[in-house]
Amino acid sequence: MQVPQPRGPLTEELFSAFRLGSDDFYPVLAVAPTAAGEDAALALWTLHQLHYTGFDGVADELEWDPQLIRVRGLLERDLEARLRRRVDVPPGRSFTEDFFDWLDEQDGPSLARFVHRDATVEQVHDLLRVRSVYHLKEADPTAWVVPRVGTAAKAALMELQYDEYGDGDPNRLHHHLWARGITACGIEPSVDAHIDLAPLEILEQNNALSMFGLQRRLRGAAIGHLAAFEATSSLPSRRMAQGLERLEMPQELVDYYAEHVEADAVHEQLAVRTIAAALLAEDPALEGDLWFGAAACLELENRTALAMFERWDVTSGSGVPDSLAAPAVELAPEHKDVA
Amino acid sequence: MSIVRGSSEPETFEHEDAIVCPGGPLLLRGHHLVEDPDGNRHETSRPVSAVCRCDRSQSMPWCDGTHKVLPPKLRPA
Repeated sequence: MQVPQPRGPLTEELFSAFRLGSDDFYPVLAVAPTAAGEDAALALWTLHQLHYTGFDGVADELEWDPQLIRVRGLLERDLEARLRRRVDVPPGRSFTEDFFDWLDEQDGPSLARFVHRDATVEQVHDLLRVRSVYHLKEADPTAWVVPRVGTAAKAALMELQYDEYGDGDPNRLHHHLWARGITACGIEPSVDAHIDLAPLEILEQNNALSMFGLQRRLRGAAIGHLAAFEATSSLPSRRMAQGLERLEMPQELVDYYAEHVEADAVHEQLAVRTIAAALLAEDPALEGDLWFGAAACLELENRTALAMFERWDVTSGSGVPDSLAAPAVELAPEHKDVA
Repeated sequence: MSIVRGSSEPETFEHEDAIVCPGGPLLLRGHHLVEDPDGNRHETSRPVSAVCRCDRSQSMPWCDGTHKVLPPKLRPA
């Protein structure tokens, strides 16, 4: 993987140090506290990436460089504080009892609904490129959580993760299905081909996931995020598949979304009823962070949807396309759509 | 709760073969043949499968999340 293009003073300093093969990151540490926006988000994404695949020409030892870990810590502290300010954690509600009712009450702009009815092939390709930043390592951030929870939660989480990883068959592994799907669309199945196109909102989504996974303290948020992510996947995946069929896009990509209709209808139940329940049984104090992770997942996706609508210049006054601003009309009146 | 080191037996956990999700599907662990309403048999292919209970799935016999867009009174008990 190639190092991305810098987006400000911090990433200039960091990527320049990578290029020079430096092992002194004091200048990076010096600019980190004032970094903001895309610059800070890309720096954090890059530092997280050292824990996944690393980069061509960057020493593997830097994954645990104390100065870079310090920079990562500063950037994560800012991200976590920002997320906690932005989301509301519902007080006094039981995550295992009330999660699906709470989700019913949430409302947000839907990229899947736009793809279903309105998006052009070019817009879908753009979406596939920026979604690749996550989908090419789908389920990996959550795998960090496995050794950090107790027996029952660990077994439950692995029951879900095993399915994400193809039930032992590499051909069914979800991020491999994604790679095959986008390749069939003529899109390169590598993150470095697309990271420079990713807006702040996509970087933040990925950073939050990696942070929740990499920090044992935030394991509750990681599982809450997993629950909300899975529970907002099944119906939107159906819409995505139908939108792709409308645009006559390759079957491999339709298959990716079709797999997620059924898989995530299972996973959303497991995330709440077995994984979160077991986590709470071992540590009831994690209930607040389960809600935090779930709310952060939805908030980050809402921001991404609004950013993509703006990027495609398809918004009306309300920030969403006209077709999404009106209530859904294609469903029977008694159906309230959460997708 | 007090824990005396070395004296506690490792816990035995409940691990159900099937879980009824209120308002949602039936979760089935392990390998099964499931017959859909038209009499066709479908083999499970995951560690856990979700069988539709609201009768409105477009992927019968499997759950596709459709129960979530039904009003609560139309969802399975």
